[in-house]
Amino acid sequence: MSALVATWSGSWRGFRPYLIVLTPLVASIMLINTFLYPGAERVLFVVGPLSATEEGLTAASQAALRVIAFAFSVGLFALTTRTGELIEDLEQRGLGRRATFIISAAVGTVPRMADRAREIVDSQRARGLDTQGGPLARLRGLVPLAGPLVLSALTDVEQRTMALEARAFAAPGRRTVLRFHPDVPGERVLRWGMAALSFLLVLLALTGHLAWLP
Amino acid sequence: MAALTPMSLELREISYRYAGSTSAAVTGLSLSIERGRVVGVAGPNGAGKSTLCLVAVGLAPLTIGGELDGQVLIDGRAAGEAAQHELAVTAGILFQEPETQLSGSAPTVWEEVAFGPRNLGLSLDEVVDRTWSAIEALAIEGIVERDPARLSGGQAQLVALAAVLALRPDYLVLDEPTSQLDPEGTRLVADAVGRAARQTGAGVLIVEHKADLLARLCDEIVVLGGGRVAMAGPAGKVLADPTLEALGVMPPARTRLAAAAAAAGLELPAERLPPR
Repeated sequence: MSALVATWSGSWRGFRPYLIVLTPLVASIMLINTFLYPGAERVLFVVGPLSATEEGLTAASQAALRVIAFAFSVGLFALTTRTGELIEDLEQRGLGRRATFIISAAVGTVPRMADRAREIVDSQRARGLDTQGGPLARLRGLVPLAGPLVLSALTDVEQRTMALEARAFAAPGRRTVLRFHPDVPGERVLRWGMAALSFLLVLLALTGHLAWLP
Repeated sequence: MAALTPMSLELREISYRYAGSTSAAVTGLSLSIERGRVVGVAGPNGAGKSTLCLVAVGLAPLTIGGELDGQVLIDGRAAGEAAQHELAVTAGILFQEPETQLSGSAPTVWEEVAFGPRNLGLSLDEVVDRTWSAIEALAIEGIVERDPARLSGGQAQLVALAAVLALRPDYLVLDEPTSQLDPEGTRLVADAVGRAARQTGAGVLIVEHKADLLARLCDEIVVLGGGRVAMAGPAGKVLADPTLEALGVMPPARTRLAAAAAAAGLELPAERLPPR
């Protein structure tokens, strides 16, 4: 489904990082299961001391497809959904201010932490620490980076708490929603249709009607 | 006849010790900020100015803990009796480090300024009106689409002040609001603070090292030293006091020039001195 939507929307290029991460993972799943599946008997071919088995290949394909489906679903979600709009929509639907804040702050924290890490590395380098040499030098450079990074993050928590309190974050009631995202009928049908389809598939699987699937 | 409620933010004999600290950051401190008046606070580093700000708006000890003696009264009501979100609307604070004022969750400057009014659940029109008013007051229209995390120190300071102004508190407590600003930014802040006091009738407590700014804005000035009030009185009188420099406060240019002229045996007419 993800692949179909990606093809349709022309967003294949965005999947490249996911493919880069997936390739070694899928390759290892395929190799390990195909050649080392315990108790498998039907041999397909032999490579040196290892035998590729039919049972192993089946298990490998199933596991790999699950991983690919999961990764592509996450990728499709990330590529087609703007975080801001998602949060606004969830807020519009009644998601609490604390949950909303946690999501949006978490999204913003990653680049901020990266910026701070860069600042700390620069300041350590200005004081003569070698952070650009070989792997050992880089490893040694991690210790003076991690300390200030973690400590400043902890200090931030108290200051951020004060800032939120000072800006009426704890006020009762619902926050004002800035933008309303219309729930168009097509999307509504699709959403409920997907939910119904998922429910149906689970039901069919539980009642054994999907036993014919590999 | 019922007694009139005093419309002031009043600190009575305040002593405060941070959690985990053995000594008090401020001791026996009393001052009052009436609505529509601007009270300046000056003093050397470590004098207790920032602590005074945190105590005045109730963040200390309500949010950060610590031990408080004495009373903080806002319009006659003890600050300790109010919920923190009520205090945010009654007494707004601008922190010394503007980056710590920001919510960290807004993608644009505009939404950062709107963060406070939105928390109050105001109508969308009211949120938009307050946000634009605060933005225009500090002339930061040009950066409304920017990421608040990627601003210069001065821009962040203006955004942080706009965020406080958008809450339209009855009292403004500003901890060094111009520390990272150029002269133009300083002028904008001075105008906005002056307007808040004169037009909307807010009481303002402003901590500043720039004595010229204090001279321009303040009705009264309190000088702190070692966590205690070292000098207090009408702004003109305090800033002209010859012992001011000994207390760690650089007098305004006007006072310094007049003193230098007097020391040289010259008498400068008032119109030759720098403006207040």
